[in-house]
Amino acid sequence: MGKVLEVKDLVTTFRIDKKEYEVLRGVSFDLNENETLCMVGESGCGKSVTTLSVMGLLPNNGRIVSGSIKLNGQELTTMSPKELNALRGKQMGMIFQEPMTALNPLLTIGRQMTESLMLHRGMSKKEAMETAKNYLEKVGIANPEERLKQFPFQLSGGLRQRIMIAMVMSVQPSLLIADEPTTALDVTIQKQVLVLLNKLKKDVSTGVLFITHDLSVVAEIADRVIVLYSGRKVEEGTIEQIFAKPQHPYTIGLMNAVPNVDLDEFDIQPIPGTFPNITEDIGGCRFHPRCPYATERCRREVPEMLETEPGHFVYCHKIEEEQSK
Amino acid sequence: MENVKRKNPIKTAFQKLLKNKMATLCFFILLVEILMVIFAPVIAPYGYEEQDPAIRLRPGFWGIHEEEALAMGGVNPQDIYAEGHILGTDNYGRDIFSRLLYGGRISLMVGFVSTAMGLAVGVICGLLAGYYKQLDNPIMRVMDILFTFPGILLAMLIIAMFGVSTFNAMLAISIWSIPSFARMVRGRVLQLKEEDYIMATRSLGATDARILLIHILKNCLPTIIVIATMRMATSIISISTLSYLGMGVTPPMPEWGGMIAAAKEYMWQRPSMIFIPGIAVMITVICFNILGDKLRDILDPSLRD
Repeated sequence: MGKVLEVKDLVTTFRIDKKEYEVLRGVSFDLNENETLCMVGESGCGKSVTTLSVMGLLPNNGRIVSGSIKLNGQELTTMSPKELNALRGKQMGMIFQEPMTALNPLLTIGRQMTESLMLHRGMSKKEAMETAKNYLEKVGIANPEERLKQFPFQLSGGLRQRIMIAMVMSVQPSLLIADEPTTALDVTIQKQVLVLLNKLKKDVSTGVLFITHDLSVVAEIADRVIVLYSGRKVEEGTIEQIFAKPQHPYTIGLMNAVPNVDLDEFDIQPIPGTFPNITEDIGGCRFHPRCPYATERCRREVPEMLETEPGHFVYCHKIEEEQSK
Repeated sequence: MENVKRKNPIKTAFQKLLKNKMATLCFFILLVEILMVIFAPVIAPYGYEEQDPAIRLRPGFWGIHEEEALAMGGVNPQDIYAEGHILGTDNYGRDIFSRLLYGGRISLMVGFVSTAMGLAVGVICGLLAGYYKQLDNPIMRVMDILFTFPGILLAMLIIAMFGVSTFNAMLAISIWSIPSFARMVRGRVLQLKEEDYIMATRSLGATDARILLIHILKNCLPTIIVIATMRMATSIISISTLSYLGMGVTPPMPEWGGMIAAAKEYMWQRPSMIFIPGIAVMITVICFNILGDKLRDILDPSLRD
């Protein structure tokens, strides 16, 4: 199993009012072929910024300060915009959150699907149409020939999202980034889309980086999970490890915040406090103002990575101290 | 969802336009007008330079016909309708109807060509300024400078520099229309640039040129169609104004504004000479404006769903 994506100590900053603020504070993770890695965290924790950094699509005021991003062994951070552009779509594709606005309203589905096929796979228009048709069938769209001639406004959200998936996957990228692809869809369509993504992932043997804040979606699709908090990774592990034995106080808090339908009373325990703004200067562990176990050391020192069991990493002083006892 | 037939959005818009009575009327008036001026050599009964000093300043079909004059007796020959000159004759005995047709050729052609030239340059400037942040300031400040001149003054300045000719008038009017195109397009591009599908297109590896020329330009088209239509009206007024001031089309070539200018000396003797080209300008301009207005109503909401 080859590594598709290796991100190491990625630091991305945003310039707001002439000041640089770190949004990602050294994020590292690997993604293997044929694997789905879920990235979870609250809004603003840096999930989307991670994906945009990888794709090289950061907005004008954002930039990668340090760290490395390797796609199939090629370093992306030092690449020229032109070289990076040649990789986009071909080796890495992205599915967006909002299917209603992610398709050009004035071009037919066929036109939009064939565009990248002709560009990246060097197909003729006819071949591209044929391939597009096949992929629409693969994502379970009935009468694809008809759909190819339609415009986006004639299609529903679920259909559009499936078309987006077909569009991205038809180029057979080795990395697929899905930025909350199911958030805008209702639950039944959500399930279909997730099943579909898993199936296509195996067909094309793509690595999927899946961004979400919906833990039920994580449980459905992930092989491994990383939990981000305010621009830092706080925990990483396989799906079983994270759900059965969450260790970081933040992860535990997230799990407790999910309503449990089995209980008579919905016992939701929200995490106290609010999510820090990126402009706030918090020393040590970024979670300490909200952490029930915070100590003086948490305020001072950034926690080191700790492997509690094979493949399960956590960044927390409390756990480190408990282990060393 | 299924019963919606596949249609080209532009075609759909056109069909919607035909459902609106006022817009349809304007559209057909303009269509007839354009056909008439294109086929002016076939339709016009006389050449635009053909003079007949014997029948100067005669009224059109509304004047006294020859038989009636004979019956009435003692009629001023100036009030008698000169057979064949349905809109009367001017001070050189030239047929006004023929001159109106040939003049319309110039007015509409100048309107069309100068709008097209202004559109081409303006749209390119607008696209670049909107899409590339570093080009925004340089391009738009030049546009602002052009904007600060009152239009007709700018046109007169250009003509004073390059001399009086139809081409120079056309050039002057097109330069004057560049900034309004650039501004509108830039605004639209700034808006479109943030759309998800543009980001999605970029994530698929499309080059800047492709994004600009295919995805963004196509989405700007409704805006461009509307301003181009409105701009046609302005351009026609401008060429008429310039000709009226003697800075546009040079005589004997007829042009509506020029015809009005020539007619002002005979305003009391033969008012129709001034009214006829005036009404022609008015109808054309009103039609273009109404058409542009309706197009905006039709194109804007339907393309945003």
